[in-house]
This record gives sequence, C-alpha cells and structure tokens, in this order.
Amino acid sequence: MSFLLFQSCVVVYLLATAAYLVFFLTQKNTLRQTGRVIFLAAFFLHTASLIARAIETGQTPLTSHHEAISFFGWSLGCCYLSFCWRYAVKNLGAFVSPLVFALMLVAAFSSRSMVSLSPALQSWWFPVHALITLLADGFLALSCIGSIMYLLQEREIKKKRFGLFYSRLPSLEILDKLNHHCLSMGFPLFTLGLIAGSLWAKQVWGAYWQWDPKETWSLITWFLYAATVHQRFTVGWRGRRVAILSIVAFLSVLFTLWGVSFLLEGVHSYAS
Amino acid sequence: MPHDAIVLLGVNHKTTPLAVREKLAFAAGYEEPLRALGQLEELREYYLLSTCNRVEVLFTCRDVEQAQHRVLDLMFGRTITSPEIKQHVYRHVNAEAVEHLFLVAASLDSMIVGEAQILGQLKEAYRHATKAGCSGFILNKLLHKSFSVAKRVRTETRIGAHAVSISYAAVELGKKIFGDLARKKVLLVGAGEMAELAAEHLVRHGVAEVVVANRTLQRAINLARCYNGRAIALEELPDQLRQVDIIISSTGAPGLILQKEDVRPVMRERRNRPLFFIDIAVPRDLDPAINDLDNVFLYDIDDLHNVVEMNKSERDKEAVKAQRIIAEEKLKFGRWLANMESTPTIVQLRAMVEHQVQAEVEKTMGRLVTMDEQQRRGLEKMVAAITGKAIFPALHYLKADNHCIGLPERIKTIRELYFLDTVANDQEEDG
Repeated sequence: MSFLLFQSCVVVYLLATAAYLVFFLTQKNTLRQTGRVIFLAAFFLHTASLIARAIETGQTPLTSHHEAISFFGWSLGCCYLSFCWRYAVKNLGAFVSPLVFALMLVAAFSSRSMVSLSPALQSWWFPVHALITLLADGFLALSCIGSIMYLLQEREIKKKRFGLFYSRLPSLEILDKLNHHCLSMGFPLFTLGLIAGSLWAKQVWGAYWQWDPKETWSLITWFLYAATVHQRFTVGWRGRRVAILSIVAFLSVLFTLWGVSFLLEGVHSYAS
Repeated sequence: MPHDAIVLLGVNHKTTPLAVREKLAFAAGYEEPLRALGQLEELREYYLLSTCNRVEVLFTCRDVEQAQHRVLDLMFGRTITSPEIKQHVYRHVNAEAVEHLFLVAASLDSMIVGEAQILGQLKEAYRHATKAGCSGFILNKLLHKSFSVAKRVRTETRIGAHAVSISYAAVELGKKIFGDLARKKVLLVGAGEMAELAAEHLVRHGVAEVVVANRTLQRAINLARCYNGRAIALEELPDQLRQVDIIISSTGAPGLILQKEDVRPVMRERRNRPLFFIDIAVPRDLDPAINDLDNVFLYDIDDLHNVVEMNKSERDKEAVKAQRIIAEEKLKFGRWLANMESTPTIVQLRAMVEHQVQAEVEKTMGRLVTMDEQQRRGLEKMVAAITGKAIFPALHYLKADNHCIGLPERIKTIRELYFLDTVANDQEEDG
C-alpha cells in the first residue's frame, strides 16, 4: 500500500516538475496554477505514503536510507508550500520541484527493505532527533535554492545582460528575504536536532558525543551555518556573500547526509 | 443628409516643443475654456483635454473649415502666432479623429507608451465636459468607446508591462532590485529634465521621499517642492548616501563626482542595504568601478538604453496587436456612425407612412381625437402595425449589410422611391 502511494507520488511529482518547468519557459499563467495543484496533489500522496509506511513498519519511518530521503523530500515540499502560502516568490516552484523530484528518485532507487532499530537504540528521542533534523534540512535546502536564484538574478543585473532569468526570477530583495527566513527557521531547528541527537546518544550509549564521522560532519555543518547566521544577523552581510555561504553550507549538509553514510563508516550509517 | 463631422485639433509632445506646450496648457482648469467654447455657435458638441504633454479639442460641427478657424482662434490664437499654429497644430477629421482619440486613450500616443495615467486624465476631462453639458449623443458614445478600447488594449496586449523609456527602465530595474519601491528614498543629483522625468516615474511608483542636491541651491529647492522633498547642498552628498536607496545623477560636471572609495565605507554603515545608482549624465558623474561593490548596482545611460532596446522588439509586437484592436474598434464606431446617418431617413419614412395611413383611417372612421379612449387606442395600434409592416422592406434594405451598394447610395434610393425630399419640401411649404 505505502509502496503504491510512493510510486504514484513520484509520478505526480514528475508531472508537477514538468508543469513548473514549462511554465518557467513560457510564462503562461494557467500552467502555474496547474503546476501548483499537481504539486499539492503529489504532496498529499506523499504524506499518505509516509503515514502508510509508518503503519506498515510499526515505527517512525526514518530508519532506512529510502525513508530518510523520502522524508527529506517531504519536508522540502512542506517548507515550499508554507512559503507559497505566505509570500509570493515568483517561479520558486520551478526550482524546488525538480529538487524534490530528484530526492524522490534517489529514494525510489534505494532499498525499500525495512530496517528496525536494535532494541538498545529505541527511544522516543529517535523520532524527535530525526524529524527535527530532516525538517531543518528542508529549510536549509530551500535557503540554498533561494541563494542559487539570487546569484543567477544578481549576475544578470550586475553584468547588464538580461537573459533567461531576469524577467522570470523575483526581485533580489525577495530572494534575500527568502534566505533570511529559511536561515532563521532552519538554523534553530538544526541546532535542536543536534541537541536531541546528543541526548539520545547519552541515553543509549552513555556519552553525549562520540566523534563518529556523521557527528563530526554535522558539527562542521553547524559551524558553517552558525558563521552564516552570525554574518547575516550581526555583521549585516546580505546578498551575494550570504548566498554563497548558504550554498556551501548546504553542500556540507548533503555530504553529511550521503557522503558520510557511503564513504565513511559510523554509527549513523544505515544498516546494509 | 450626412451627419456632423467629428474634428480633433491639438498639439502634443511629438509636434510641439515643451516651451510652446507650456503656454497652451490650460493650467487654470477646464471650466473657463469650456465656457468660451460654448460661445461658438458652430460647435454642436465639444470636449477639451489638457495635460502636460498634450492639448486637444474634440468637437462636432457642420462646417469643418469655419469651426476649425474659430476654435483655433479662441484656444490657441491668444498665446501663439498663426504661423506657429500652422506648424504645430494637427487636425484629424472623422475616422482619423476617432482613431487618434483611441490611440491617445490606449496610451499609444504617449511619451511613455503604455503608461496608464492618460486614461485617468481623459476621464477627468470628460467628466468636466459632461458637467458643463457640452458633450452630446456622438461624443458620449465616442468617449465611452475610447475608454473601453483602452481597457481592451490593456488587457489583450502587454503594452503596459514593458519598459519603454529610460526612466521606465530605471523603475523596472529598481523593482528587480528592491522588490517594492514604497519606503525607498531617491536622491537626485543635479536637476536636469531627464532626472526630473525619472523622479516623476519613481514617485508614481510610490517612493517615499525625494531629496534633491544641486549646485545652485535655489533650483534644488524649487524642484524638491514639486515632490514634497527636501533640498541639500552638493557637499552633503556622501552623508546622504547612508539614507537614500536610489541615486539619479545628472550633473553637468566635467569629471567624476563620486568614486568607488567614497561608496565602500557607506555600504558598511548601511549594513549592506542595496544601493542603486543611475548615471544619466554625459560625461559620466559616477565611477564605473562602483558597480563592482557587492549590493551596489550602477547603470549609466548606455546600459539603460540597452534595457530599453531589449524591450523594444517585444513592445513592437504588442503595439502591432494594439493597433489592430484600434483599427477594429474604429471600424465598429464608423459603422455605428453610418447607421446614425440612416436614422433620420427611417424616422422620416415612418412618420410619412404613418401620416398617410392615419389619414386614410380617419377618412372612413372619423377623426381619431373625437373617439372614445378605448376605440382610439385600438386604431392607433392598428395604424402603427400597418406602418411597421409597410416600411419593413425599406428598413431591411437599409439596415442589412449589403456589400454591392453602399449605405449612402441605398439611403438615396429610399428617399427617391418614397419622395421623401419632395414631400418634406411640400410639407415645409404648406407649413
């Protein structure tokens, strides 16, 4: 059941991505509405598939790689929809939907076998830690997308050569605001996720911090974001520099998520 | 029996320099000139539009030459000489006048094509004309039509959405940088005409404050007063950079007045809030290297020209579409006017036939006025019905589209067939 829902939501995400991209190129307003409706439908299917998976496995469905990536995609969709609802950021969907779709593809190609946590690791800190961290990742991914859009737009305005993006992307101010909001949501959540994780570690292993590669990389990521947030909120950096920092920091998030799991061994690696 | 001619006389920014337009504009409002036009008995209906870019009089009359002469004398003769009138004033008659009015309303004839303000000014002018009671059947229809044409052009083309002039391009860029121009402050350095135009645009898009810096303070104060802004001395410029967001520079200074190193420390104090420099001076006022600073954007006159050019091809496509809409509406209005032409004939024909039928009825039944109410009503109804039936073929002949024979031709046929002209003459002679 959850598999069927998952499959269908991947297909619908693909449709939404196609609609958004065609809208991006042609700028026909009816397509934007269509894109939004399809995306919303995909999001609901996705939510349903997560719930179904939780019922089937009988635990928080965040233990396997497949589940974690799928939830990452879901949280990105969730952040995007919450932004759509509050702010008008022109053509954001054309950038977000491909990323969500890509995440879903990755999830689709990873093993769907169920992984249960060993009894020693079971604690209610686990869902708290995993949910908060992945939700934070959603916001941070959105800030990265906003930053990429900012850099594209700024480049065209600075170079005075107006190509594909100038008329299609929103104003620099709005993109900068998007980055601001995402950082101010994502960073505290990320911090909370780290704290929850270390409390969980204390509970099951007896130590708050073990310096396994995932933890080390999370800390590096945290410092990168802390630096970005500091520069942004106290020094007053904005625009290009913060955008570049956000992108670099998000690359570190991706590495923490995948690089560490597949390249380096540690307690976080999803059981194979 | 042709209808009245529709005549439009006027000057606009294309035909007439600003110095002359200033003299012609009716700064004191519409009431006085409308009343003056009312004195001319040649005019049937008239209306007057006066904006900073154009002064136009639209009227209907019988004798075009004579009316035109009187109107020109009254409206323009006092302020400019007759060779000047000949040189500047354009005249459009009938279909051309209709087309011109539509072009103006749709903002295709504006200095900044596609700007929306002109429609508001047109409506305002029309409101004055109706208040003074000087617009009639034809002008009411024509002006209402022009409003709907403008609306059609606006909704069906994207003519209003494109940057089509330097200052418009500046506003467009400002919007891409700042998102919303409300609460942004503009600093004008130097008070030239271009700077003024750009400032006016920005104010129309809601900027909060205009600050004017000029070498001669008096000029700065005068200009600042136009926008409820404030004037500063040129020496205060670096200080002001902390507070304003958009700087339009247009001084006649021979060298650069602002270097990159002047701006860099300011950005730190502004906490990197973006600054947008527009340099429309030739030679340039601002160091081109300023553009290299983060969150600072500098556009000079050539860059802005490129923006305008970029939008032009797009706009031309839209303009073609808009012209097509106007041509279409012009034809429709022409048809309406032509039908107006046939109306007097129809009325006359109906009256004549009704008169004859009634005469026959009265011959047999006695005079209608002496009958009792009910019987008279019945007979009147019968007379009307017979009249309708009798003239139906003629009406159909006039109203239906007929591609082989033009309407004037058909009107002539009907009039001859029913002896309308001779009968009318007879009646007049009788009377």
